[in-house]
Amino acid sequence: MADDIFQGYKGAGLEVLKKFNVRVWGQAEVETTRGPFQGTVLPRADQDDDRHIVLKIATGYNIGVDIATITAMRETGYKKANYKIPEKQFPVTPGLPAVKLLGTGGTIASRLDYRTGAVIPAFTPGELYGAVPELADICNLTTEKLFAVFSENMGPEQYKALAVAIGREIENGIDGIVIGHGTDTMHYTAAALTFMVQDPPVPIVMVGSQRSSDRPSSDAALNLMHATTAAGHGGIAEVMVCMFGPTSDEYGFLHRGTRVRKMHSSYRSTFRTIGDTPLATVTRAGVKPIKQDFKPRRRDRKAVIRPFFEEKVAMIYYYTNMQPDMIDSLVEHGYKGIIIIGTGLGHVNKPLYPAIERAVAKGVHVFMTVQTLWGYVHMFVYDTGRDLMAKGVVPLENMLPEVAYIKLGWVLGQTRDRDEVRRMMLAPINDDITPREPYNGYLVYQGGVPEVEEFVRKVHK
Amino acid sequence: MKQPIDPIANYEATRRAVGYVPRARADQATYDALGFMSGLEVHQQLLTGQKLFCRCPAGIYQGPDDYDAEIIRHMRPTLSELGEYDGTALMEFKTRKQIVYRIKSRTACTYEVDDTPPFPLNRQALDIAIEIALLSRLKIVGEVHITRKQYLDGSIPTGFQRTAIIGVEGEIPLKRGPVRLIQLSLEEDSCREVSDIGHVRTYRTDRLGMPLIETVTYPDMKNPDEVREACDYIRFLNRSTGKVRTGIGAGRQDVNVSCRGGTRVEIKGVSHTAWIPELTHNECFRQWALLEIRRELLARVPDPAAWKPSSVRVRVLTWGLRSPALRALRERGQIMVAVNLPGFAGALSHFTQPGQCFADELAGRLKVIACLERPNMDHSEAAVPAISAGDWARIKQELTPSDGDAQLVFWGPEEDIKTALETVEERCRMAFAGVPNETRQPLADGTTVFERVLPGADRMYPDTDSKPIPLEDAHIERIRPSVPTEVSARYQQMKTWGVPENCYAYIFTRNLFPVIERVVSELGFGPVFVGTVFGQTLKHIEGHHQTTPDFTYNKVYGLFKYVKEQGLAPEIIRAMLPVLYQHPKMDFESILTSINFKRVAEDEILSKVPFLKEKIRSTRVSTDPSIEPHWIMGQLRTSALGNIGLTGLSKTIEHG
Repeated sequence: MADDIFQGYKGAGLEVLKKFNVRVWGQAEVETTRGPFQGTVLPRADQDDDRHIVLKIATGYNIGVDIATITAMRETGYKKANYKIPEKQFPVTPGLPAVKLLGTGGTIASRLDYRTGAVIPAFTPGELYGAVPELADICNLTTEKLFAVFSENMGPEQYKALAVAIGREIENGIDGIVIGHGTDTMHYTAAALTFMVQDPPVPIVMVGSQRSSDRPSSDAALNLMHATTAAGHGGIAEVMVCMFGPTSDEYGFLHRGTRVRKMHSSYRSTFRTIGDTPLATVTRAGVKPIKQDFKPRRRDRKAVIRPFFEEKVAMIYYYTNMQPDMIDSLVEHGYKGIIIIGTGLGHVNKPLYPAIERAVAKGVHVFMTVQTLWGYVHMFVYDTGRDLMAKGVVPLENMLPEVAYIKLGWVLGQTRDRDEVRRMMLAPINDDITPREPYNGYLVYQGGVPEVEEFVRKVHK
Repeated sequence: MKQPIDPIANYEATRRAVGYVPRARADQATYDALGFMSGLEVHQQLLTGQKLFCRCPAGIYQGPDDYDAEIIRHMRPTLSELGEYDGTALMEFKTRKQIVYRIKSRTACTYEVDDTPPFPLNRQALDIAIEIALLSRLKIVGEVHITRKQYLDGSIPTGFQRTAIIGVEGEIPLKRGPVRLIQLSLEEDSCREVSDIGHVRTYRTDRLGMPLIETVTYPDMKNPDEVREACDYIRFLNRSTGKVRTGIGAGRQDVNVSCRGGTRVEIKGVSHTAWIPELTHNECFRQWALLEIRRELLARVPDPAAWKPSSVRVRVLTWGLRSPALRALRERGQIMVAVNLPGFAGALSHFTQPGQCFADELAGRLKVIACLERPNMDHSEAAVPAISAGDWARIKQELTPSDGDAQLVFWGPEEDIKTALETVEERCRMAFAGVPNETRQPLADGTTVFERVLPGADRMYPDTDSKPIPLEDAHIERIRPSVPTEVSARYQQMKTWGVPENCYAYIFTRNLFPVIERVVSELGFGPVFVGTVFGQTLKHIEGHHQTTPDFTYNKVYGLFKYVKEQGLAPEIIRAMLPVLYQHPKMDFESILTSINFKRVAEDEILSKVPFLKEKIRSTRVSTDPSIEPHWIMGQLRTSALGNIGLTGLSKTIEHG
C-alpha cells in the first residue's frame, strides 16, 4: 500500500504533499502567504475536501492549511502513532454470575484516536475492563463478536445468527446475556429476538449508548453496568432493552422487546415503552420490577429457538393521496406480506381499495397498525374500516408497526397458510399485543402547563 | 526530647529563609533571582445574539435558584493516548461528584445538556474572532477544526469544551517590547457554579455555550506588572472592535506562573486585571517556598520512595479526649484519623504564602479531592489548634512518633476517609518532588487556594460531530476593512495629542477612542479637551451618578456637535454632561435650561469687568495681586460658562 503514507489525501491536496515530499505523520514546516505554520501532518477524513492539509500543532489543536496559500513545505521528522485500548485481564470472581456479551458491531465502549478522531472500539473483556472497571464487581464477563455491522445494516441474517448464538449460550449454562447494539434499530432486533428465542431461562438484555464512551459524560458505562446487572442478577428472563430512564445519570429502564421504541434522535432517555409501563428499573444495586407479570428466571437450560424469516415483507406508512401503484408495485416485486401503518384508527383512502384487493387475491398477507403508536386499531368504528376488513386487511390491535413488520417476516418464514398466518400474528407473544391499555401506558405530557412544569422542576429529567 | 516547634516563630523564620518580600519592596532583581515567568490565557465573550453551537440567546442570565429543571450527570475519565488515565481525570473520578445542572428553558436547550449534537458554528462569532485575530497579528488558519478539550469538573455537561483555533503565532507590543502570542481560539463558555458542597456540585447553564475567544501568550512576562500590562493590552484590543461583551464575567483570565525549578501553575478565572500583580508575585514565592521545603525534607529523608506515613483512627471516648471540637465531631458521626508524617516537623507550619503555610496545601486538597468541607483538619503545628495540648499528647502516644515527625488529624464521613488518607499521603510525597502541577483559585487578598490537578496535554481530540470550516482569502479580506486601528497606535496618537495618561485606562476599557477621534476630526475640538471630558469628567460622573440603558457614548458625540452648532463655548460640556448622563432622553436645550444657562453676549460679560475691578479694589484687604482676577472670574463664571471661553476671559481680566 504505497499510498498509505498519504492516508485520506486525494486530488490537489495529495499533489501538494507529493510535490514537497511530506508524509502523513511527518512533522512539517509549512510556508504560506499567511505566514509559517508548524505541526504534524494528520490523515484527512475521506469525506472532506482536497483543498486543505491538516496539522496538529504543538498545543494539541488541529488546524487546516489552505493549499492555495502554501509556498513551501519541509518534513523535519516523522512519528507514526498507533493506538489501541489497553488490555487488562478481566478478573474472575467466584460467586459472581457468568455473563456473555455478544457484539453486533455497535460501539458501546470505545475511545477516540486522539490524532485522527477515529473511533477505536473496546470489546474484549480486557478492553472493557480497562474502560469500565466496575464491571468486574458485577459479573464474570466473557465476550464474543458475532459480526461487525452498523445498526442500520442489521437484518434477518443477523437476527437468526443472534438467536442461534443465544441458544448455544443458554445450553452452555450462561447466567445472562447482554447484546451490544446500535440504538437506531435496536427495537427491531429486540422484537426479532423475542419471537426467535421464546421462553429463555435467563435474561437477554440489549444495550447501546446514545453518547459514545469516548466522552466523559457518556451513558455507555452506566448502561453497561445496568445491563450486566440485569443479565447477571435480575430475575426477569425475557428479551429486554436496557437504556437510560431519565436523561440524568440515575437509573435505567428494562423495556419489553415487543413494546419498546426509540423516540428521540439524540436524547439519552430515548427508549420508551409504548402503551404500557416498562418492565422494571435497574440501578447498580439491582433490578426493581414495575410490572409483576414477567417471565421469571429458571434453572433449566431450555429455550425454543425459531430462527426463521421471510425477507419479502414490507411496511408502508400511509400518507394522504397515496397512489394504488405503491401497493401494486410491492405485489409485482413478489412481496408476501405488507404491514400498513394507517391513519388514526387504522384507515387508508378509497383509491387504494382495489390495489389491496388485488394484493390479497395474489396471496399477499396485509395487516393494519396505526401511526399514532399509542392505542388500538379500531376498524369497526367507520364504514371505511369495515370495508377494508372485508377486503382482507387484518387489524393488529395495539401491535407497534416495527414489531408487526418483524413478526410478519418471522411468521411468513414458517407458514404461508392464510388462517395460520392470521392466527400466529394475533396470538400475543410477550405483550406484542396487550389485552388492555393501562391508564399510565400513555403519558406524553406537554410543557408549559403549571403542574407539568412543577413536576419537571422537582423530578430530575 | 527536642524542643517542640513554635508555629509562629517557625512561620516567620521560614518566610525569611524563603526571602519573601512584599510586592512593594520587590524589583526586577527580585524576580530575576526567582526566575519569574508568566503567561496569560485571556478569555473574552463575544457580542453575538446567539450561542456558539445552538440557537439559544446569549447574554441572558438567571439567579442561582431560578431554574425550570435539573439534570444529574457524572463525569468518567476516558483513556488517554497512552492508555493511561489523565491526572485530573483520576482526581475528578476519585471525588465521585454528583453534578447537578440547573436549566432554564429560555437560555438552554437540549444541546447544552448534551442531548443534541451541535448545530453549525455561529458565523457572526467566527467573523469577530477572525477580526480580533487579525488585530493580534496572528496567522489565520486555512481551515477551522472544531476540537474537543476535556473538562471533567462538570463545568461543561458533555465533559469537553468545543474549541477551534482561528490564528497562531502573533504578537502584541508592550512598553518593554513585543509579547508573543501562541494562538487565539474560538470556544464555548462553561457553566457558572452555584455551589460545591461535599459530593454535590451544582451549576447553572445560562452562560454555557456562549461564544468566547481565548488569547494565549507565551510565558514572556518577567515581572508581575508586565503580566497586568499585557492583560490590559489584550483586553483593550478586544474591546477596540466594539464587538465583545463587557461587564462582570465577560472578560476573565487564567494566569500561568512558575519560578526557576518550579512548575507551571495556573491561577484560574481572575476577573480583575488589577489583581494579577499580587497573585503572580505570591504564586512565584509560593513555588519558591515549596522548593525550600523540598530541600529541607530531602536533607532529612534521604530515601523519599521509602517514606510512609502511619495512621490510626482517633477514639475520643476510649482515649479520654476532652477537646470540645473532637467531641462535637464524634457526635456528628464524623470519623477522625490521626496521621504521623515522618520527618515533617517544621514543614507543616512552613511559610508558603502570606497567611498560609504548608498545612493549607493539605487542607485544600482534602476539600477538593476527598470532599471534606473545611475546617477538615488540625495539626501539631497549628497557630491556633482546635485540639488541646493534652489531647494532642494522647493522640501522639498512639502514633509513637520519632523526633522530627509531624502529626495531623483530619475528619469526615466514613466513605471519604480512604480517599482523604490517600490525598494526604500523595500531597506529602509531592513535597519531595517540589511544586505540583495544579490550577489554583484566586482570592481577593492576592493569595490562592488549590482548585484542581492541572490537566495533561492529551485531552484534545477532534470533534466528530462537526465538519472543518474552510477560511478562504476572500473571506478574510472581507473582514479586514472593519479591523480597527491597533491599540498601540491609539496609545501613540493620544500621547501625541497630549491627552493625560491617567485618562487612558478608562478610555480603552470602554473603547472610547473611536468616538474621541470622531469628535476631534469631525467637529474640530481640541484633543486634550475631548480626552479629558471623557477620561476625567465622564469617569467621575460615572462613579457618582446612575444612568439608564438609553445612555450611549454616541450621545456624548451629539452633545459636542450641539455645542459646536450652537456656537457655545466648549467648557459648558462639562456642566451639561452630568445631566445628559442621568437623563439621556432629555434634549440638549432642556439640559441648558436645567443648569440655568442664559445666553449673554460676549461684550455684555466683558463690559462688567471694569465695574468689578473697581469693586474689589475698593473692598479688598489683601495685597496679593492674584486675588483680583480670581475673584472677578468667580463673579462672572456662571454667566460666562458657555457664552465665552473661560481661558480667554481670564486673560482679558488679567491684561485688560
